[in-house]
Amino acid sequence: MSGIILPGADGALYPRNRDWHPPADTPGYKSTTFRAPKHALLSLGGTASELTGPTFGHSSLNPLDNDLIRNYSQDGSEAIGQRLIVYGQVLDENARPVPNTLVEYWQANAGGRYRHKKEGYLAALDPNFGGFGRSLTDENGFYHFRTVKPGAYPWPNGGNDWRPAHIHFSVFGHAFAQRLITQMYFEGDPMIWQCPIVGTISDKAAIDQLTARLDRHNTTPMDALCYRFDIVLRGRRSTMFENKPEGN
Amino acid sequence: MLHPTPILKESPSQTAGPYVHIGMTPNFCDITGVCDVDLGATMLTPDTKGERITVSGRVFDGSGAPVADAVLEIWQADADGVFVSPPTRNSNSVPAFTGWGRQPTQSDGSFTFETIKPGRVDGPDGRPMAPHISLWIVARGINIGLQTRLYFADEAEANQGDFVLNKIMDPRRRETLIARKEAGPVPRYVLDIHLQGERETVFFDI
Repeated sequence: MSGIILPGADGALYPRNRDWHPPADTPGYKSTTFRAPKHALLSLGGTASELTGPTFGHSSLNPLDNDLIRNYSQDGSEAIGQRLIVYGQVLDENARPVPNTLVEYWQANAGGRYRHKKEGYLAALDPNFGGFGRSLTDENGFYHFRTVKPGAYPWPNGGNDWRPAHIHFSVFGHAFAQRLITQMYFEGDPMIWQCPIVGTISDKAAIDQLTARLDRHNTTPMDALCYRFDIVLRGRRSTMFENKPEGN
Repeated sequence: MLHPTPILKESPSQTAGPYVHIGMTPNFCDITGVCDVDLGATMLTPDTKGERITVSGRVFDGSGAPVADAVLEIWQADADGVFVSPPTRNSNSVPAFTGWGRQPTQSDGSFTFETIKPGRVDGPDGRPMAPHISLWIVARGINIGLQTRLYFADEAEANQGDFVLNKIMDPRRRETLIARKEAGPVPRYVLDIHLQGERETVFFDI
């Protein structure tokens, strides 16, 4: 089987709308000060190197990878916290599902504490919570996982800044130029609008796109609340990969 | 069927944050037992064809401090200039070469990939691009992943005709993408990445 070589601009991705994304330099989020490139980005279009990308099979995953309540259990008990099911569909800008793509997620525990040596928050670690999981999307682009609701937590930025409850997401798509990292927030959380990292995004509608909706219909009685979080990756200008069994 | 304009908007990016390792290199940050090895830690198999090389460097911020909490991913063609075909969903076969690697930076900002030298891939103009590796960098303080490329100093002739390098007008900036070679049993190519400052790396809008 040969690789994918794309001639010309056929199949190129829509240009990234950089106004919708946060700019590199956002003074309210102080860590960007020395880490934001100052030169203009060089427009590349896309070549085969960016329009292809890694893909992963089920052999890369373990059965508990999408169960954060149990996948780090040290003594057989479950993680502490409000039980959640988080699910959603990965789509491209053409509203087409992105199947068989890897979605990784990580988060703080119910108290807002990360299992990480750099973490300085006083809230206690949960011995049975690691905070990491991953899924492959199904043929319709859906992923789901089970977790506990992460707590809000303070962080050193301004004098008294707090992150709203959130879950980090890393998504691959099928082209290296689709690679995306983002964060999911929870509908109705008043902390969202006070957060300097959320505030790096200027358009309220864009922030809204990162806010998961409570899905009462899929809530499991006496067990778990459910939130839906759809993720949109860049889409291609044409559908030259229509015949590919894996979609694009 | 053509889609002249997108229907949906891409989900906006947010920083990977300081705890990116939990999600992307869990074993590196001592979250063990969930997955055996960190994804992308190994790119080579005994069956990988091509010249073994090491790609390394350090990441620096605009104050000259090492960036100790970044994660880098690379994507490249195999020795024949072919990108590895996707495995099928239920396939358990491991390709001889994945083409994709992921590494965290260490406390001194350094990173290392053990890989092979990629072959040449045709560019949009139909002519072969110089051998190169695509890089993607995320970290606390980076609001949207930074995309760049690594080229090889010992490919001077190919580099001169490269579609992408030739888009960079200032030759001093072109140099920010070219890794110097250190000879050895396994040749080492070294490229430092400067997020900002006098030697700022050329980053792409792809």
